[in-house]
Amino acid sequence: MARLTINGKTQEISVDPNTPLLWAIREQVGLTGTKYGCGIAQCGACTVHLDGAAVRSCVMPVAAAEGKKITTIEGLANGSALSKVQKAWLDHEVPQCGYCQSGMIMAVAALLKEKPKPTDADIDARITNICRCGTFQQVRQAIHAAAKA
Amino acid sequence: MITKTPKLNRRSFVIGSAAVGAGLALGLKIPFGASVVRAQDGSPEVTAWVVIRPDDTVVIRIARSEMGQGTLTGLAQMVAEELECDWSKVKTEYPTPGQSVKRKRAWGDFSTGGSRGIRDSHQYVREGGATARIMLVQAAANAWNVPVSECSAANSVITHKPSGRKTTYGKVAEAAAKLTPPEKPALKDPTEWKLIGKSVKRLDTMDKLTGAQVYGFDMKLPGMLNAAIKDCPVFGGKIKSYEAAKVTGMPGVRHVVKVGESGVAVVADTWWQAKTALDALPIVWDEGENAKVSSASIAAMLKEGLDADQAFVANQNGDVKAAIAGAAKKIEAVYAYPFQNHAPMEPMNATAKYTPDRCEVWVPTQNGEAAFAATLAASGLPADKCEVYKIHLGGGFGRRGAFHDYVTQAVLIAKQMPGTPVKLLWTREEDMLHGRYHPVMQCKLVGAFDSSNTLTGLHMRLSGQSILSDVRPEALQNGKDPLVFQGLNPSGDFGIGYTVPNLLIDHAMRNTHVPPGFWRGVNINQNAIFLECFMDEMAHAAGQDALEFRRKLMSKHPKHLAVLNAVADRAGWGKPAPQGVYRGLAQMMSFGSYVAACAEISVKDGDKVKIHRIVAATDCGYAVNPAQIERQIAGSFVYGLSGLFMEECTVKDGHIEQTNFNVYDSMRIAQMPKVESIIMPSGGFWGGVGEPTICVAAPAVLNAFFAATGKRIRTVPLKNHGITLV
Repeated sequence: MARLTINGKTQEISVDPNTPLLWAIREQVGLTGTKYGCGIAQCGACTVHLDGAAVRSCVMPVAAAEGKKITTIEGLANGSALSKVQKAWLDHEVPQCGYCQSGMIMAVAALLKEKPKPTDADIDARITNICRCGTFQQVRQAIHAAAKA
Repeated sequence: MITKTPKLNRRSFVIGSAAVGAGLALGLKIPFGASVVRAQDGSPEVTAWVVIRPDDTVVIRIARSEMGQGTLTGLAQMVAEELECDWSKVKTEYPTPGQSVKRKRAWGDFSTGGSRGIRDSHQYVREGGATARIMLVQAAANAWNVPVSECSAANSVITHKPSGRKTTYGKVAEAAAKLTPPEKPALKDPTEWKLIGKSVKRLDTMDKLTGAQVYGFDMKLPGMLNAAIKDCPVFGGKIKSYEAAKVTGMPGVRHVVKVGESGVAVVADTWWQAKTALDALPIVWDEGENAKVSSASIAAMLKEGLDADQAFVANQNGDVKAAIAGAAKKIEAVYAYPFQNHAPMEPMNATAKYTPDRCEVWVPTQNGEAAFAATLAASGLPADKCEVYKIHLGGGFGRRGAFHDYVTQAVLIAKQMPGTPVKLLWTREEDMLHGRYHPVMQCKLVGAFDSSNTLTGLHMRLSGQSILSDVRPEALQNGKDPLVFQGLNPSGDFGIGYTVPNLLIDHAMRNTHVPPGFWRGVNINQNAIFLECFMDEMAHAAGQDALEFRRKLMSKHPKHLAVLNAVADRAGWGKPAPQGVYRGLAQMMSFGSYVAACAEISVKDGDKVKIHRIVAATDCGYAVNPAQIERQIAGSFVYGLSGLFMEECTVKDGHIEQTNFNVYDSMRIAQMPKVESIIMPSGGFWGGVGEPTICVAAPAVLNAFFAATGKRIRTVPLKNHGITLV
């Protein structure tokens, strides 16, 4: 069993405590916006927020997330109002296939919380998610736009 | 406007013929009307491509697969252009392969590869839109009892000019669907286009921002179980034995099943449980003869081919042997390109449900029809008892087009538990070990010059794998694989851009047990490096500027030359670059488009490469959505440069050694150069977009690296030379 607070909602789930948070979110909680890409914290597709900080949920046991505030991509918008990162993503048409974008958006949202006006160097250092479609040019533009919004 | 991918419960969006009377759909080529084919919600189909709802919503059918490249939006633009509908009311949906079979391929080819989404279907999708418009206008004219010539359509509104009466598509669709379609609708002249050529926003962005987009990996069905699989790591090997009893008691485990001759799967309540049990499952493989193969043995086999007597000739003129023998000066170089995995972000997966009467598969695929064929073969059921539902792809890049091994596996698993839906998901490790790899190739080039440093001959000998001999042997031409020569042919969609007096381009086919596949760009990736880097080598040997040297050979290839000139002009070729910055050029034609790039790089400590900017040009004939073309150019560079710098699949004891992104890296945002695109459609032809540009980034960077360091790098990836991208 684990007691998780996800997107403001606390729930008990039946799960082995060693199960990675990613799979608990997807398979027990049923939120599938968070993706699996590598399982070894390389690609960032599984990025969620734990108490506001970006973490790669594929290597974090679900037990380690208990008692913390978990935010997934589904919880980023305020109802139907997109967050400023999502809005910038929409305006700049960032996604191609979109599979990595949940994790990319979560990583960027955490960066902007910490550094509201990130420089290109900040972006380079902090955004290390893999995107095989190669959306980086739009990602960078959208980050700067979100920072100005 | 928000467009959804097909809903998972959309078993069949066309109501069966029994429900609507006579059998045939009102498709493009069907010469009679009277019966109306309806979408699942009851709205009438005007043509196979266009359904119009009473509220004026226009549903455009898209047969090709959207995998990020934007074809969904581009194809919808093509239909809407001729339909004259209100773009803000457009939605899209995928027809299913099973419906395609029943309706005699009313939507044409589903295959989404080879950059053919638009270039191979532009004619019939526009005709689908035009036919529907003509029928809608006719229906309005009939209702008003006026000549159709007095009526016109714009923005989903039909107007009778003399009286000023107006009606909408939604109001006349029912009547229009009963009319006989015109034989051959006239299409607009490109000068009249309003929507084609416009950078309208993609139709499929919103759900990708909120986690709502459903990928194959996200499939959920009532009662569904989850499967993890291991297939023999050595291609061609088999399962010898496994000890199911060791894992059957583990949490959630329901079944341990053999999959074909070479795989074993654990099926459990959740995928994580299945994967955990599979990791604990003792498996003994019968690896077979291929376990003796290594990268070194493959390289030796290819090396032998570089000088072999027998080779397939694709492009030949003059007498290259005599030109080389009589040369005042000659240069020679050997290049090599490795196996590479596609590694789309979403690992391979498929969901299958089997009963003796019906087999259904939900799968992210680049080719619904090929997935359907795999479903039929694996299930053993006839076409009328099978269906495939295309689910959005988390990347394709060629892995999900011709190959549906994961569909076969999913069906074989589901067959062992009839009635229970099973989602099969590969681990990244399984994905890396069971790819359909970029073919391995070596190339020996010899250039001959006369005493005035004029190029008099060029021999380009390729040695390596043929994709077609493995995937579509029926497409070989007397044993020759024409696809090997992409970008090197005398003319056509893959025509070379140079005229060389004595030329020979040939291929010694050397196949391996490692299965080759179509990796974004296919054979142009290596061919562009071989040809365009050697062009630089020859220019250097001749003491000439790389651009001027090429230009002399390109006078009969004006479109190739135009894109090359465009990047050279924009980048400022011939003018001083910023301090420490060096430039390199490349051009190529492929998939019907002319592309060129000029890279600007700097090199620190001899091995740390910073790519500052790449100026890229494409002449793709017609540019349907320039904003999306820009994204395809920049995105293709990420894929191609990841391949150039970081990616190689090596073979040890018959299996691939690289298992995940920690040893098979991919570019990050910090390494992304500024990409400046020049989209210069010259009209009169339809070229591809998704792939062509990928090939010019690598040789442009390699040529810039030589300019910066004086070192020629002739084998990929650059990490093997200690060179990193920073």
